[in-house]
Amino acid sequence: MKSFTGKTLRWQWRDGVIELTLDHAPVNEIGSVVLAELEQFTTACGALGEDAAACIISSARKQGFSAGADLKELYRGASALPEKERLAGLRGFLERIHAVLNALDAAPFVTIAAVHGVCFGGGFELALACDIIIADKMARFAFPELRLGLIPGFGGIPRLKRDLGNAFVRDLLLTGRSVNAARAHAVGLVAQLAAEGEVLRVARATAAQVAKFDGVTRAAAKKFIKPILHGELRREIDLFCELFARPTVMAALKKFVESTDAMPYLP
Amino acid sequence: MRTLEQTTQEILDLASKHFNVPAGSLAPDDDFFKKLGIDSLQTLEMLSRLENHFGIELPDYEVQGVSNFRTLASRIQSRL
Repeated sequence: MKSFTGKTLRWQWRDGVIELTLDHAPVNEIGSVVLAELEQFTTACGALGEDAAACIISSARKQGFSAGADLKELYRGASALPEKERLAGLRGFLERIHAVLNALDAAPFVTIAAVHGVCFGGGFELALACDIIIADKMARFAFPELRLGLIPGFGGIPRLKRDLGNAFVRDLLLTGRSVNAARAHAVGLVAQLAAEGEVLRVARATAAQVAKFDGVTRAAAKKFIKPILHGELRREIDLFCELFARPTVMAALKKFVESTDAMPYLP
Repeated sequence: MRTLEQTTQEILDLASKHFNVPAGSLAPDDDFFKKLGIDSLQTLEMLSRLENHFGIELPDYEVQGVSNFRTLASRIQSRL
């Protein structure tokens, strides 16, 4: 299959470049439907093999790339279950999203996250699994999870540590603050900056460039320079589940989901 | 070095320009959530525009609870 249109995303392959477009209101929150369609996507990517040189992941939502995990779905699903089943369900979800992001991380083609607007939490983790992040100058990045009593759960800390200095990772993680594209570029998180509204064009030009190179060499270079931190990623799932088991997390999620504040992501 | 009044005026001008509010209709003590009709994501957009304009970083926890332009200007002033 060389194109797909689902409920939350669509993708198409053309001239060696795959374009995956997230399009799930309001801002591509990652819940069960997005996850299932991302699984379909990674399976289809495996079948494309050497026909794919690059993949661009972008968002059709005006407000941004992705606001992160679907906390409303998480809270409603979790609150309907007894604790033991709740944790088993959560672990199952995390295992599946990790499998998707690990596949993307290790894909033989070059993956490019074309980011605009908000790129928070799980959305940021999706971008971090990509090889190159290109950001609109109005993009913002954050890991707000500590505000809910959690840590990032989709591989965020190991992947951020892989790419950046630990001091900046601590600042982002421990304050939960968001940083703008210029700062993200200055610390090396963002590879290229684009003018407002131009990020997809810049990503396409970059994809066209990488597509010129030999596929075997491209895959070998990527594998050589980008280790997949399987051990740390496993430990992250364990720690996330351990933290999620505390009642304070469900209380924080309830407060977030029911909040009518102008800025509900701030506790 | 900008004065607080200059910083406040620049914020008002920037907000007016990017959120389609007539120039001169915003005042320093206005509640910007109400006056601009913005939600949390648009507030982040405003934060990015302010950071880019003033060449600073303003962590979002510094603007937590801030809702008028004058207080926002004083937070920015402390980062200039």
